[in-house]
Amino acid sequence: MAARKTTGKSNVSADELLKYYKDMLLIRRFEEKAGQLYGMGLIGGFCHLYIGQEAVVVGLEAAAKDGDKRITSYRDHGHMLACGMDPKGVMAELTGREGGYSKGKGGSMHMFSKEKHFYGGHGIVGAQVPLGTGLGFADKYKGNDNVTFVYFGDGAANQGQVYESYNMAELWNLPVVYVIENNQYAMGTSTKRSTKSPNLWERGAAYGIKGEAVDGMDVMAVKAAGEKAIAACRAGDGPYILEVMTYRYRGHSMSDPAKYRTREEVQKMREERDPIERVREMLTTGGLATDEDLKAIDKEIKAVVNDSAEFAKDSPEPSLDELWTDIYAAPQEADA
Amino acid sequence: MATEILMPALSPTMEEGTLAKWLVKEGDEITSGMIIAEIETDKATMEFEAVDEGTMGKILIDEGTEGVKVNTPIAVLLEEGESADDIKASAPASDAKADEKAEEPAKSDSDVAADKPVAAQPAAELPSVPEPDWPEGTEMKSMTVREALREAMAEEMRRNDTVFLMGEEVGEYQGAYKISQGLLDEFGAKRVIDTPITEAGFTGLAVGAAWGGLNPIVEFMTFNFAMQAIDHLINSAAKTNYMSGGQLPCPIVFRGPNGAAARVAAQHSQDYAAWYSHIPGLKVVMPYSAADAKGLLKSAIRDGNPVVFLENEILYGRTFEVPDMDDFTVPIGKARIARQGKDVTIVSFGIGMTYALEAAEKLAADGIDAEVIDLRTIRPMDTATIISSVKKTNRLVTVEEGFPQSSVGNFISATVMMEAFDYLDAPVINLCGKDVPMPYAANLEKLALITTDEVIEAVHKVTYR
Repeated sequence: MAARKTTGKSNVSADELLKYYKDMLLIRRFEEKAGQLYGMGLIGGFCHLYIGQEAVVVGLEAAAKDGDKRITSYRDHGHMLACGMDPKGVMAELTGREGGYSKGKGGSMHMFSKEKHFYGGHGIVGAQVPLGTGLGFADKYKGNDNVTFVYFGDGAANQGQVYESYNMAELWNLPVVYVIENNQYAMGTSTKRSTKSPNLWERGAAYGIKGEAVDGMDVMAVKAAGEKAIAACRAGDGPYILEVMTYRYRGHSMSDPAKYRTREEVQKMREERDPIERVREMLTTGGLATDEDLKAIDKEIKAVVNDSAEFAKDSPEPSLDELWTDIYAAPQEADA
Repeated sequence: MATEILMPALSPTMEEGTLAKWLVKEGDEITSGMIIAEIETDKATMEFEAVDEGTMGKILIDEGTEGVKVNTPIAVLLEEGESADDIKASAPASDAKADEKAEEPAKSDSDVAADKPVAAQPAAELPSVPEPDWPEGTEMKSMTVREALREAMAEEMRRNDTVFLMGEEVGEYQGAYKISQGLLDEFGAKRVIDTPITEAGFTGLAVGAAWGGLNPIVEFMTFNFAMQAIDHLINSAAKTNYMSGGQLPCPIVFRGPNGAAARVAAQHSQDYAAWYSHIPGLKVVMPYSAADAKGLLKSAIRDGNPVVFLENEILYGRTFEVPDMDDFTVPIGKARIARQGKDVTIVSFGIGMTYALEAAEKLAADGIDAEVIDLRTIRPMDTATIISSVKKTNRLVTVEEGFPQSSVGNFISATVMMEAFDYLDAPVINLCGKDVPMPYAANLEKLALITTDEVIEAVHKVTYR
């Protein structure tokens, strides 16, 4: 594990690398702050942090274009920040406030942004897979060239509806990139204990779906794989499966006994494979950024995250009549 | 001895069919398993195999004859040594077309579907009470519930390109119950989509497609199979608008036959009205008449919210009067007073209306004047219409096919108790299907279902006469 593979793309520009660094750092600092706020009792319920997996969403978003859609499970904060949603709105949803993306009615696991084409945030493991397949279906029906990223974990990969979705997606050539974020643990159950066939992406072969495994701790490798998958989908050759090998540093949720893996295993990952450290090293050794530059970025990100936390604390709780709104949509007039 | 070949029942609810084609002629040798005719039912055209061997002695029903009742002799098979002349005298009911006593075959023990009071009814007639759903003087046309549903979908698909139909066998097979017959021809495979047998998958996919800007109609072959997909109806379709702070409405219709058909036993006979009516975010519609089926389905497709549209296989073939209008819709959430009366209120919906109306007619003969309310929409429920009726009649009986515990009737009772307690002159009676999984045996099935007699008995109880 110590030896790092070279990235899939070597001639990356300084601006690009700096952007990935910032985007990943934002997620990490945001999640650390969310952890703190949870500890302070400002965030309730379930809260699943994305720390360690940042390169997955940042790499794939780097390959996306405007109009592409994304949908994921309950471990969704990173996806939202990566697709450009406002950290303030995300954090305020975590604290259950009026300024949150769902007006405080969804919480950590259920957030959406129609504007950024982020379709949740789903609490039922695996449910997002057919739902996301349907988003791709809608794009194909409308005849545009958008692609949908359907994220799910190694745990969800054992749900039956994933394979029902694979079958229909390949049958109808839907523009869907299935992204299996394999962080090696479904809650506390390692893939070794849940899954006989080691390569999850290979299961797509039974449906005729192309796919590959990707180093999810390497943002450039993720981006390169994403570009390939997206190109296939835009060319009408979808769907495509990417099994992104990644690692979650924190517990499954905030209440995790941490008995199912060793402290050493986590520590080793952090020291040897950290996706942010990797980019930092590329920036400094390649002379693309100075320590001062990176310090400035750290400061900038910290400010953004602190602002989001302040906003999330200051935003009022939803007004009590919000209890009764949004249960039904106003009648739609289809041909208006 | 000559053997009669009888018109077969080829589906659980078939009462009659068309003898589409004879594939043999008189004098032909018939072997067991040989396909001798094509029979068209309300669901499909099916091949009819001979069971017995012999010589085709006489064809009693010509090909092309419509409305041949189940169990009518359609041909006579001769054994060796017999001749066609031998049977002339003995062949019974040789002219089914002229058989005016349509009820008679229904009494045959082997014709279970017709043995039920509901199926024994010919074209159901709604009583002549004021109909607020269409302007007075509107021309009417006779139409089955099946045709009404088909027309509703076709009209909405013509009106809006984003409306599409998805489900098992909706396209090339022309619909498991022929609801979508002809839609593939008109709208093409892009909009009439045959799915694999994959309820959880295609239901989730359709919900995602609705979020993506389309207006899906999902046909479940029956609502029993929607159990495979119920997570997407409830957790994905019903709740997301709320959980997204109103950003992601889900304009989708889930439709298909619900409730007991006939002789298909427990896994295929269940009324889900109470189940879905429990869920905020869903609308639940259960029409009885063809006019309501058409008008409500069109409203459901336009609604912009997830609508669970519960149909009934037994009602599909029933004929009603439907207004002949360019764009006839019935609003969701509005009950209909199907019969005005002053002595007791009977509230029902869907196929339960059959028993409610039949009971009301019989009670009228006994001098009890029942008001019958067809709920039509279970959620949101038009409780105002019920309350105002109960304030007039002071007595209430609810009629539904579903199980008793946490039934729709229970909710109505609670509402009436809270809002009109002082107006009640008798405890409310909730009539439901029996609290047992639906049995297969004909006699037990009949016992498990609600009957007109039970409605009459309940009305006598609450009116104390």
